[in-house]
Amino acid sequence: MVSEAKSPPSAAPPDADERVRKVSRLTRLLSRPEFGAGLGAVLVWVFFAIVAYDNNFASWATFAAIMNRAAPLGILAIAVALLMIGGEFDLSIGSILGFAGMTIMVLIFPADNGGFGWGIWPAILAALVLSLAIGAFNGALVVATKLPSFIITLATLFIFRGLTIALTRMFTNRTQLGHADEASGFGLADTLFAAEIHFMGATFRAAILWWIGMAAVATWILLRSRQGNWIFGTGGDANAARNVGVPVSRVRIALFMGTAFAALLVAVIQVVQFTGSDTLRGFGLEFQAIIAVVVGGTLLTGGFGSVIGASFGALIFAMVKQGIIITGVDGDWFQVFVGGVLVIAVIFNNYVRQKAAQR
Amino acid sequence: MSNNTAPLLEIKNVSKFFGSVIALQDVSAFVRAGEVTCLLGDNGAGKSTLIKVLSGVHKASEGEYLFDGERQEFESPREALEMGIATVYQDLAMIPLMSVWRNFFLGSEPTKGWGPFKQFDSNYAKETTKSEMAKMGIDIRDPEQTVGTLSGGERQSVAIARAVHFGAKVLILDEPTAALGVKQAGVVLKYILQAKNRGIGVIFITHNPHHAYPVGDHFVILRRGQVYGDFSKEEIPLEQLVQMMAGGADLEKLEHELEQASQEGGDDAAALAEAAGAIGSELTELGGAPGEQGES
Repeated sequence: MVSEAKSPPSAAPPDADERVRKVSRLTRLLSRPEFGAGLGAVLVWVFFAIVAYDNNFASWATFAAIMNRAAPLGILAIAVALLMIGGEFDLSIGSILGFAGMTIMVLIFPADNGGFGWGIWPAILAALVLSLAIGAFNGALVVATKLPSFIITLATLFIFRGLTIALTRMFTNRTQLGHADEASGFGLADTLFAAEIHFMGATFRAAILWWIGMAAVATWILLRSRQGNWIFGTGGDANAARNVGVPVSRVRIALFMGTAFAALLVAVIQVVQFTGSDTLRGFGLEFQAIIAVVVGGTLLTGGFGSVIGASFGALIFAMVKQGIIITGVDGDWFQVFVGGVLVIAVIFNNYVRQKAAQR
Repeated sequence: MSNNTAPLLEIKNVSKFFGSVIALQDVSAFVRAGEVTCLLGDNGAGKSTLIKVLSGVHKASEGEYLFDGERQEFESPREALEMGIATVYQDLAMIPLMSVWRNFFLGSEPTKGWGPFKQFDSNYAKETTKSEMAKMGIDIRDPEQTVGTLSGGERQSVAIARAVHFGAKVLILDEPTAALGVKQAGVVLKYILQAKNRGIGVIFITHNPHHAYPVGDHFVILRRGQVYGDFSKEEIPLEQLVQMMAGGADLEKLEHELEQASQEGGDDAAALAEAAGAIGSELTELGGAPGEQGES
């Protein structure tokens, strides 16, 4: 990637611009969006490895627990990262997640209990179609009204959480539905979405593979496809991008469909893993996802960021959670710690990026 | 310099109305391949409207738009672009956070591979960016550099090189030197000449006659939405162009007003008086008594 442009400083042509300096590979690495989050993840791990040494934080089993915890947030954060690089916010993903989960549950719930008695696969397919439609609706609304997506998706956050609660109650008269494992076709779904992988004595969940797969696909889209270039352009300066022929509206709608898809995927994983769902599932996840993305080096203003960074952000989040749980700190203080560590991570990340840009 | 081949792009008696406002009236101008036509005008002269008509953003209310001798009516800037009429806007040209090569191909990315594996050919894009910039005489050491780290002049140059690469036959430049320092403006003027030498018809919009004169083949002066004059370089010396641009009579009036203000005002007025004197002497220096041009 940085091959032929590099020549040793001594061999620089005499007419070289004196304001341009040769930049080392290290500096290049430092100015990558995901670098700060990667280093932050290492530091957080080292911190807990020392503080929670007696609680076995630095163990393979704890690592597996952290990864299992990080995977759902990571999947969401990846889609949110693409969206935020494209210059938009989606506050409704937690609600979409809850809506999709309850859609599946109501559809597979026995008919004599107010459900529809479907198999799990048709139910997942229906939830997929609905989720993508909601994403497209979010996107179309943002494009059509030209209002900030923050406001639009804040509205849909309430709309779809409310619909989830109201419809579930209307059909089943409950707020919590279980026994998903009694639906037909559950076996295959269980293998695909919730399989336990025993590896070197620790248990990893299939969600981790989905997370890694999503990260690979999203990174490829962002860095190697024309659509990725359009995402950067749309987030960087939508007017300039439109002027050179980027289909800005289509990019935005597709990105909202992407976050809705990620919410659906996590909903399916959780429904299968917990063999049920409740109407408050996914509450607050939209903020965790945004935090993970920003910790991961993506600019709040769009146009700059990375999928790998967002994944590191989710990892940091999970490490802090796991670290606090196993050190046995009073649970009441949990959110204070999470917020504090995340603020430090963001400041650190910004500091590193600015330093790198100056050098 | 000027040849007598047919114009590549020509507008004839174009008018543009916005409700009761007459933005342009009876404006005619043309550019030939390998020539630079400068559109000069002060603020409010109708330059922006004319650019928008030329680039396909607005349709003219009256008059003809001819490209390669054929009448055109563009529905969008995209259509004009597809015919080879590219517009480089002063501030909307580049995305600062993106690298030079990503910017260069934004919206027209080259791809390789097929089906779902079709990917943005980044190696080709980087190589091409480098070589296209080299053809314009700019040595981009590192296409990975973000556009935000380039100077204003370099950004305009990248935008010009991009338009040329994507087959522009006519290049419309909207005040490319307006926000630039002396040296940077010189750099951009050099690229305008490069584009011209490659056979492109350049329409250079500016309010600065000192930038227009060295590169222009002929000069269209706009004032209050009308063509005030259309001159080839041989017909008009720089001094006269400056004079006409400024609008001799108007300047004289301004000078008087400033003098008057200085007599009425207190301490602040000293500076104004000085400015008024400077304007007066500059006008005399440029030759021709103020007001000599009058309305033609």
